Amino acid sequence: MVFTAILFFIAAIGAITGAIGVVMLRNPFYSVLALAFHLVSLAALFLLLRAEFVAAAQVIVYAGAVMVLYVFVVAYIGGGEQQASGGVLRVLGPLFALALAIELCIAMLGAGLSGVNSKGAPYIPGFGTPAHIGSLFLTTYLYPFEIASILLLAAAVGAVVLARRRRGLEPDEEIDKRIETPRPAWTGTMAEAAGIRVPIQEGWPGTEDGQRVGTTGDTSGEEGGW
Amino acid sequence: MNIGWYLVVSALVFCIGAGGVLIRRNPLVVLLCLELMLNGANLALVAFARMWGNQSGQIFALIVMVVAACEVTVGLGLVVAIYRRRLPIDVDELNELQG
Repeated sequence: MVFTAILFFIAAIGAITGAIGVVMLRNPFYSVLALAFHLVSLAALFLLLRAEFVAAAQVIVYAGAVMVLYVFVVAYIGGGEQQASGGVLRVLGPLFALALAIELCIAMLGAGLSGVNSKGAPYIPGFGTPAHIGSLFLTTYLYPFEIASILLLAAAVGAVVLARRRRGLEPDEEIDKRIETPRPAWTGTMAEAAGIRVPIQEGWPGTEDGQRVGTTGDTSGEEGGW
Repeated sequence: MNIGWYLVVSALVFCIGAGGVLIRRNPLVVLLCLELMLNGANLALVAFARMWGNQSGQIFALIVMVVAACEVTVGLGLVVAIYRRRLPIDVDELNELQG
């Protein structure tokens, strides 16, 4: 029992520290890392609550996949913000959060619910295991399960539509320039990598007939142009 | 540990997230703070599932995770689209819908 309490306090302090880090750190990249730490701590709390499958999904889906998405977007747009919100919200935001926290604590702890002050229902074998969750998902909660999958599909399509490069908005000069840049023949091809054909450079022997034939492979019979 | 402790932690995480949504101006960090709020709710759901010995709360928490993932993908897509249009990445200045 003492062991459980120690684990709980470590995980709870980790979760709250991570949450504060997300809000307080200036660099968005560090905020993402703090959120990953928070999620792993929260997964430990889920394990203490006997929600094994939820904890595993939390670590794999959240701390794995979603955080990678965040890291990519932060790397793409760069850590921009250095200044916090000015004006009224800077003062009112924390006050609102504090008031909400106090209110929630009063509401939940002062409600007098006997279950809140207990250690929970007696242990049922297999509670929270993937087998139980899966059977619930495919029997009682089949409709929410299917709706969730449709929602995921819609979100994936929506994200692709939103983030795609729109044609005709603004010409992308960089790519145009890259396309127009002349490059020596055979650069960037498999033939160059294999050493069969080497890019033509000034002063090399054999450049007068258009290409330099490498030492490996017999390509003397071929004409250039593949 | 009593269930009340978990509920207090979930309330604190939710309120930190709510404060972050109000304070921060970078839409990426606002999305992160929304995640914090959803996670606080998730912790409460799992704690109540443990309190009643009923796994429906855990199912609910998993569905919330799915919804959060959808919200993140759409939100990040919006952020990338905003960046492509070379608009300021700042929720205080992005206050009109006109493209």
